[in-house]
Amino acid sequence: MCLAIPAQVREILPDGMARVGLDGVVKEISTALVGDLAVGDYVIVHVGFALSKIDAVEAERTLALLAEAAGAPAEAMA
Amino acid sequence: MKHVDEYRDGKLARAIAATIAAEADPTRDYAFMEFCGGHTHAISRYGLEDLLPANVRMIHGPGCPVCVLPIGRVDEAIELAKNPDVTLATYADLMRVPGSRGASLIKAKAAGADIRMVYSTLDAIRIAEERPDRQVVFFAIGFETTTPPSAMAVKLAEARGLTNFSIFCNHVLTPSAIRAILEAPKTGGLPPVRIQGFLGPSHVSAIIGTKPYDTFVAEFAQRIVVSGFEPLDVMQSILMLLRQVNEGRTAVENQYIRAVTPEGNRAAQALVDEVFELRDSFEWRGLGAIPHSALRLRERYATFDAERRFAMTPIVASDNPACECGTILIGAKQPADCRLFGTVCTPETPMGSCMVSSEGACAAHWTYGRFRDRARASAGRAAS
Repeated sequence: MCLAIPAQVREILPDGMARVGLDGVVKEISTALVGDLAVGDYVIVHVGFALSKIDAVEAERTLALLAEAAGAPAEAMA
Repeated sequence: MKHVDEYRDGKLARAIAATIAAEADPTRDYAFMEFCGGHTHAISRYGLEDLLPANVRMIHGPGCPVCVLPIGRVDEAIELAKNPDVTLATYADLMRVPGSRGASLIKAKAAGADIRMVYSTLDAIRIAEERPDRQVVFFAIGFETTTPPSAMAVKLAEARGLTNFSIFCNHVLTPSAIRAILEAPKTGGLPPVRIQGFLGPSHVSAIIGTKPYDTFVAEFAQRIVVSGFEPLDVMQSILMLLRQVNEGRTAVENQYIRAVTPEGNRAAQALVDEVFELRDSFEWRGLGAIPHSALRLRERYATFDAERRFAMTPIVASDNPACECGTILIGAKQPADCRLFGTVCTPETPMGSCMVSSEGACAAHWTYGRFRDRARASAGRAAS
């Protein structure tokens, strides 16, 4: 139920709305809960509302941590 | 898909699993609860339990709002939908949830009730605007993730002067349910289960932040790792929990840093606080009554409260007495331990709450896990 999906902002619309894209799917969503967005931002979308902005820097950091977690035993064995 | 595909890499998942196996102390047993049904679904769908060592066990928690909605509330919604003036709008998840005597919203719709599936509360508002002759009621359900959109609908209805819109509110709170699970050994209402840490929910935490979990460290010496919903997020979070156990630490940690902050979404919190207030107590299917665990509309917004507008009377209905959902939801039993599982209770004809939604522990086990049990059993026979 609390599933929410990352989508990219394609166009800022009036009245606190935005057009977002996820692969081929385009939807109009409310941005009232997250405030200012720019075209190109990624947001977490749930039941037609953006819940939060995805922090690109923290996403990169997570991927680095995942690689580290995956690499740890190999280093230990070396 | 960016921010999705990179967290579903099978090779990386197996490598993280190797790290977990290398760091898991063979003399210990690890039991972690994933609170949220979204995690239960991800764990089952991607077969993550197969990647974990035998002494790392995941307990499937009660974080599936459809699953924990009491039968009586479903019956009340069906009664409301039979009112010829009412158009009931709801999320698709609720359509097949069984009420008493096999009734459901989808059957009520087939019998002529005006029930609409909507994607968003904004769609329900649109219906109310288009049909001023109808009383449009939004059947609201969900944890903190789904509550702000309901609050927004109430604010919009007021701003647009809609007198034909109201909400049947069933919003519930995550921290209250975690507390009920942790206090179960003390209160004696539920059988005690040893849980050494929780995978904290993804999008509930995007709203409430990580701070509300601090109290579980202070009061219960628990461990919470807020985790993303993708399989690699879950694997990394399990590793973080395991490291806390090994190092003798108890802390709130955040794996889902790309979307969750300590404070959460303050605008959404303020909106929810403006529109809703705590109920003294609310019934959870399988868990019983939990104090301060759900929301209702504040007095100021009473005119948008369907329970008041239609003077709805509470309906009390009980589950099949053989159903083990209560003990499964807190990890005391496994789905296959229930004698209804897979016999009379399947996703097509669910008897209990855990079979209702694809996020429920029994539905996940029926769809994915039972095949693994069967493969294990036949492998065992071949080896002996």
